[in-house]
Amino acid sequence: MVSLLDIIGPVMVGPSSSHTAGACRLGLLARGLIGGTPQSGLLQLHGSFARTGEGHGTDKALVGGLLGFRPDDERIREALQIAEREGLDYKFEKVTIADAAHPNTVRINVELNGKKATMLGSSLGAGRIMVQEIDGYPVEVTGNLHTIVLVAEDRKGSIARITGVLAEHDINIATLRLSRKERGGDAFMVIECDEEPDKKAGEELRALDWVRWTRRLPKVSGG
Amino acid sequence: MYKALADAIKDAERDKKSLAQVALAAESRDQGRPVEDIRAALQRALDVMRSAIEKGLVGDLYSASGLVGGDAAKLRTSAKGPLAQTPFRDILTRALAVQEVNAAMGVIVAAPTAGGAGVLPAILTGLAKAKSVSDEKVVDGLATAGLIGAVVAERASLSGAEGGCQAETGAAAGMAAGAATEMLGGTPSQVGHAVALTMQGMLGLVCDPLGGLVELPCVFRNATGAAIALAGIEMALAGITFAIPVDEVIDVMGEIGREMDVRYRETAGGGLAATPTGRRLAKERLYQIKRSDG
Repeated sequence: MVSLLDIIGPVMVGPSSSHTAGACRLGLLARGLIGGTPQSGLLQLHGSFARTGEGHGTDKALVGGLLGFRPDDERIREALQIAEREGLDYKFEKVTIADAAHPNTVRINVELNGKKATMLGSSLGAGRIMVQEIDGYPVEVTGNLHTIVLVAEDRKGSIARITGVLAEHDINIATLRLSRKERGGDAFMVIECDEEPDKKAGEELRALDWVRWTRRLPKVSGG
Repeated sequence: MYKALADAIKDAERDKKSLAQVALAAESRDQGRPVEDIRAALQRALDVMRSAIEKGLVGDLYSASGLVGGDAAKLRTSAKGPLAQTPFRDILTRALAVQEVNAAMGVIVAAPTAGGAGVLPAILTGLAKAKSVSDEKVVDGLATAGLIGAVVAERASLSGAEGGCQAETGAAAGMAAGAATEMLGGTPSQVGHAVALTMQGMLGLVCDPLGGLVELPCVFRNATGAAIALAGIEMALAGITFAIPVDEVIDVMGEIGREMDVRYRETAGGGLAATPTGRRLAKERLYQIKRSDG
């Protein structure tokens, strides 16, 4: 559903909603994945991100996102210098990710205090983004809402347990998508929430012994 | 949100409301947000638009490549030209100003996109100044513009990579023309004709920026797009109608976009980007950006 405020917006640092605002949002999500400004970031640019990224400030916007700047933050212009001051060791590479990858795609590898995360995402135009992969797991995250991604054993009652944990933390679920490759195989869940899930909710989910892996991602777009 | 402007126009006429009111009611219903909330967000967008214009008029901003910048200030101060000291000139100047700020990585409102972000603020704030229109009415204009843009997004495209420049500055000009027509007292049906009269003049426009950067000709396309929007507004308010219904004009824009060769869709493979000078400038300037970034 198209919203008026998607058309009259976003408020953003130029010059390109896909190459600048979208790139910044992808950086913000990667920052969210490890919970702070990473100590190191390897940004692998594919397609148009690699080809015209420098002129569009894609590099500054991605690093700006890793530093926690939102798309309308003018500090994005000086993001590369600020990163050096704040001890974020960033590196860019031009790569070909896959023939089918969207032209504006980046793989972001971040590290903080020994913790590592990898995210593959694309900027779809007009500032909209889509994360397709986190730590090798296929996902679909738009960043329009607070999101929990989770991989669990496919067993009965698992959804009830998970939604129960969220309800206890007063978190309302906006959307829930469940998929699996085969019966009895791993179940992938993408849960979009109206409220920001706190750290404790994340820890409780991770503590369920049949949950293999879970991540919280911040809301980076939408009104 | 509406998927056809004809439906929105019909609802507005039936309920004796403006398209802005109809659009705000639909948005409020869709998003579960109070109308006042949406108006407040649009007012914030208007404030950002105004501050971008102010920054751009100074003339000290240049893009990373140095290919664009300083031209809004030239147009602001020039005494020459048949439009000097008219609202028309002021609007062209404002369109350049916003796009120069955008190219220099300043803060703008993507409306509908960053590449077409100059047209709507130029038309609405320029006419508001010339005709002493209140902020409340300008915010209504942004709501009407949003409705038009949403219909274009639904039926065609707002992306240069998908539909060429007609989908970015063309859509922006249509949005601005419809919004301004209502702001200046036009009826919902006149709004529809203003959009059609404007977008017909932008059909087929390719997206051919040098080096793929939102700079050249994007900055100037926003000024020429605003000029075409002014023609649409002027004709619609005079009661001129366009025989092809507005939704069909939007549909055909989408169709032309889909048929457009990929060279003409933001890839720098055709159009001005592929001229000998276009290629040379892109090569030199991109090299310069790399060097200055270390």
